[in-house]
Amino acid sequence: MSAEPLLEVRDLKVSFRTEDGVIPAVDGVSLSLSEGETLGIVGESGSGKSVTMMSVMRLINDPNAHFEGEVVYKGRDLMKLTRDQIREIRGSGIAMIFQDPMTSLNPVYRIGWQIAEQIRAHEPISKQAAHARAIELLTAVGIPHAAQRVNDYPHQFSGGMRQRVMIAMAISCHPDILIADEPTTALDVTIQAQILSLIRKLRDDFGTAVVLITHDMGVVADLADRIAVMYAGRIVEQGDRRDVFYDAQHPYTWGLLGSIARLDRPKPRRLSTIPGLPPSLLRLPEGCAFGPRCAHRFDRCDERPALLAKVGEGHLDACHLDIERKKELRETTIHPELIEEAK
Amino acid sequence: MTGSAGPPAADLPADGSPSATSSAATATSPVTAAATSGANGEGMLDGELLLRAEHVTKYFPVRKGVLLQREVARVHAVDDVSIELRAGETLGLVGESGCGKSTLARCIARLYPLTSGTVVFEGQDISRLSRRKLRPVRRELQMVFQDPYASLNPRKRVGAIISNPLRIHRRGNRKQIKQRVAELLELVGLSPEHINRYPHEFSGGQRQRIGVARALALRPRLIIADEPVSALDVSIRAQVINLLDDLQDELHLTYIFIAHDLGVVRHVSDRIAVMYLGKIVEVSPGEELYKRPIHPYTEALLSAVPIPDPDLATERQQIVLEGDVPSPITPPSGCRFHPRCRYATEICTQQEPPLVEHGTGGHLAACHHPLDGGAAAE
Repeated sequence: MSAEPLLEVRDLKVSFRTEDGVIPAVDGVSLSLSEGETLGIVGESGSGKSVTMMSVMRLINDPNAHFEGEVVYKGRDLMKLTRDQIREIRGSGIAMIFQDPMTSLNPVYRIGWQIAEQIRAHEPISKQAAHARAIELLTAVGIPHAAQRVNDYPHQFSGGMRQRVMIAMAISCHPDILIADEPTTALDVTIQAQILSLIRKLRDDFGTAVVLITHDMGVVADLADRIAVMYAGRIVEQGDRRDVFYDAQHPYTWGLLGSIARLDRPKPRRLSTIPGLPPSLLRLPEGCAFGPRCAHRFDRCDERPALLAKVGEGHLDACHLDIERKKELRETTIHPELIEEAK
Repeated sequence: MTGSAGPPAADLPADGSPSATSSAATATSPVTAAATSGANGEGMLDGELLLRAEHVTKYFPVRKGVLLQREVARVHAVDDVSIELRAGETLGLVGESGCGKSTLARCIARLYPLTSGTVVFEGQDISRLSRRKLRPVRRELQMVFQDPYASLNPRKRVGAIISNPLRIHRRGNRKQIKQRVAELLELVGLSPEHINRYPHEFSGGQRQRIGVARALALRPRLIIADEPVSALDVSIRAQVINLLDDLQDELHLTYIFIAHDLGVVRHVSDRIAVMYLGKIVEVSPGEELYKRPIHPYTEALLSAVPIPDPDLATERQQIVLEGDVPSPITPPSGCRFHPRCRYATEICTQQEPPLVEHGTGGHLAACHHPLDGGAAAE
């Protein structure tokens, strides 16, 4: 990266004390985000992708949570700020939208009121002005008849429209960074396409940097500039979009790419899957956490692989396999249908 | 009841009439029905007609007022839908939320009473059967639900959840039921040791497997899976789809597979029906739909599926449908898709297009401006 990154996460560790032991939900994650850049964080449920970003926003208040590492935003370490200071940054500096827009909105207040309230928390403007801004914002995110709909309650909106309202709230104070945590997972594919194109438009219009958290590689394919793949609390691969899609280095990334039912390809006889389940964080295997599910595991995998740039600058991966060997193995995992067809 | 004295459930075919007789001992009339359906079932080969739904319509009343509960409007959830299902095939049912696909499935399973229309299952009209007479039918026709977090009782152990249908239908004694549960767990790829665990101890994908095991308990012939993988991670989705695929081969099941995503149903479906606002707008043999979509709505649905390839994703012209599905209380006039359709003209607002055959391969669509250039048989 050329310029100073806008947000930098350095060796973040988040663990939770529970009755059964300490759960290392995030184990040494480092990320950076430049101005106007879109970063996709991909991984299965429980891989720590949401916890990482919730920690950045300091949204985890659990007394049993333990944090280590630095989160530097515009030269300040967010982990060291007081509650009032972090409050100022939330919304106006970094904003976040969540997976389920119904639980994120208060069901007993009108949409307009909820948007106006949050604007007034950050800016000294009158109620009328805030209300007018709310209408503007709803129009900007594509809600028809915004002037009337602003007085509706959340239950009068459809799922896609609620997510638009969340986005309107998130951009109301012109944040530098928008964190979208599985923004389309609860939505239909058609509405997913709408929301993604809205996020793209906002990013292009306002130059907002976006962190897009998802479990679906398809979602980040044409939106993210860079992609980080997480597994069991660690980043296992990170790189430019093209690198991760066309030159994937980690067998877990192959698995993610291979398990999508693709419409642009001939139909495979069988979908390829990642066998097994993500490991319990309480009993992480020694060495590579993906080892037990990996088809290409060998002796060295008992030793934990470090996240290193082996194939090129900015393209990091944590896998012991030989680079040349990977090229052979990869195709059979990601594109079995193409190989099937060639036969 | 003679249930406990009846033959063991574990080695009895699901449609075997002896146990149907025993469990329906109190009601005499369904015995004949069950027996005939059993006879059909034994001899029925793949490809024979298993289910025919004709002009199925389901309206939900919208009521107002405290005392009188006046009906002020109707939600047209399913409007005059006819489909056929052959033994051994999988019908994919696709559409956005609110298009009526789940309602249609529930009408077919008779979880809802129909407003009008008939459902003929294994040669028997089940659309007007009473609860009691439905029981033997239910054995043959089971559902798997979308949300594995909501469809399993959190306070029951897995063993109790899966054995519940067996106990309700009196399939064997305790020991036999326990053995059958262990079998079922193994069948869906879980360990029989999990029998005493609670649902919260499982991941989403495993929970969906439990839901599948429960549906399979009575050895049904038809399984209606209502968005079985929509709530799951992509990587787990493929596992569950493969499981359903294997079970179909192994147990000769017939599926109705509901999804909002054309990518998901492609893999499992022999035929696909696309629904929009209570109507079927296109029916096609599986691959044909992807190669040659006819209805503009199908085209838009196909285009909405993300492609995990940056170059192709940037290259393609994605059709982003504006807005949401209109209210089914007052569906648009003419073609119901016309307000969101990019090809819509005058005629689309006035006349409802009929579902007609395009070509010869059983590819039907209801559109005034079909994408194949109007090769419709007049």
